[in-house]
Amino acid sequence: MSIRVRIPSPLRGYTNGADVVESPGANVGEVLNNLKTQAAGIETRLFKGPNQLNRFVNVYLNDEDIRFLKNLDTPVKDGDEISIVPAIAGG
Amino acid sequence: MNYVLGLKCKECGHRTGVLPVHVCEACFGPYEVEYDYGKMKGKVTRESIARGPRSLWRYKDLLPVDVPRVGFHSGFTPLKRAVRLAAELGCSDLWLKDDSCNYPTYSYKERVVSVAISKAIEFGFDTVGCASTGNLANSTAAHAAQAGIRCFVMIPHDLEQGKVLGSLIFAPTMVRVRGTYDDVNRLCTEIADKYGWAIVNVNLRPYYTEGAKTYGFEIAEQLGWRLPRHTIVPTAGGTILPKVYKAYQELIELGLVENNQPGIHSAQAAGCNPVVTAIHKGVDIIEPQKPNTIAKSIAIGNPADGYYVYQAVKASGGWGESATDPEIVDAIKLLAKTEGIWTEPAGGTTLAATIKLIQQGRIPTNESIVISITGNGLKTQEVVMNELPYPSVIEPKLSEFGKLLEQSRLNERAPVPEAAVV
Repeated sequence: MSIRVRIPSPLRGYTNGADVVESPGANVGEVLNNLKTQAAGIETRLFKGPNQLNRFVNVYLNDEDIRFLKNLDTPVKDGDEISIVPAIAGG
Repeated sequence: MNYVLGLKCKECGHRTGVLPVHVCEACFGPYEVEYDYGKMKGKVTRESIARGPRSLWRYKDLLPVDVPRVGFHSGFTPLKRAVRLAAELGCSDLWLKDDSCNYPTYSYKERVVSVAISKAIEFGFDTVGCASTGNLANSTAAHAAQAGIRCFVMIPHDLEQGKVLGSLIFAPTMVRVRGTYDDVNRLCTEIADKYGWAIVNVNLRPYYTEGAKTYGFEIAEQLGWRLPRHTIVPTAGGTILPKVYKAYQELIELGLVENNQPGIHSAQAAGCNPVVTAIHKGVDIIEPQKPNTIAKSIAIGNPADGYYVYQAVKASGGWGESATDPEIVDAIKLLAKTEGIWTEPAGGTTLAATIKLIQQGRIPTNESIVISITGNGLKTQEVVMNELPYPSVIEPKLSEFGKLLEQSRLNERAPVPEAAVV
């Protein structure tokens, strides 16, 4: 099952400019990890360690911050959409 | 602007030029403006600052703008000695830095907006915008009107009337989003990405946040080139507190003030206190919350700079406290009754938190204290509407008035002298 992942512009250098990439996985962590097969190196920006997101990356599953769900273990299903948003914004 | 070296990532140190970017391409961390303090020494002095205008641009040498375009009457707000409040709290050296009267929209936001819009114009943008809990939208819309530049403001749908009208009157394009500020903020980040606008608190954030330093510079200058031992600052997205800390450190670095170990404390609403929670736990991981408080202007469950608030509090030896909604309202009323200042919930939160920190002994009553007042109560009338019952109406007769006075004497603390009634 492939999930749509929306890529913010600071990361599109890894996806050849694509703002949406489809990636397989049973949970959010797997989907994000598997992005590297199509966007080599992107995982170095997203993760600071195994199963540990970079502090400045916010991840949303269908518009809900995954920290209010099960973080990277949050299961995904067909039709779900993940968004990666840089955390440094807002006043 | 002569002293700006460029942007530097706060996390990994990666450097880039003076560009409208806020996210480090190497590590996703936040960029910050970097200055050449060595070059400033001897040139940026108490005297050079005193020669500046009586506005936030007084501190232009420490700001990242070449040509100010707006904000010529903003900043330089009163630092008021709080004598009657001090008596209530048992303090001896208590001050209020009062941005509730800031020009032209009555909040501290004029400081960050003046810098951001000036910079946007320098970069050649034709549209500015913001995500806001109210005050930022008001200020952005007003300054954009003064500069004659197109403006979009994005707000949560349920803000106070004063905050909504306070933007609409300046005729920006307003977008009301069904959701929390955090939802608005996220949408605004995506908009900045897609449309190439100058969103003052997103892609212009490194410049925007520098404006907040002027709040700290003014405190130091107005106290007579002295830093307060305790400054209490409300925390929403986390802009002001780290920049007040930076302002104090810059003045120490330049030799303009003595380093008396100024402590900085964070104040949040109990219904939205991710940073104070982290401070109390002693862990620098900020867990987001779903806000639930009347203090809408500081109801940011996912503060962008929360981590840096934590760091600044820890580095300065400060602490943090939360205030419940009733405590916030009581503090608003206390401030008004003792000092004649009507602040909005963010100010009430800060005073209520200060009271707790004093009670806990974390702020000794004989040390110098500055309470940050960042916004005006006129814009958040809903919060006190049920707390201030109207007196009943009298007929226009002296006898009616006499009855009223007699009744009020029974209610007042101090009796009215006989001679006043003729």
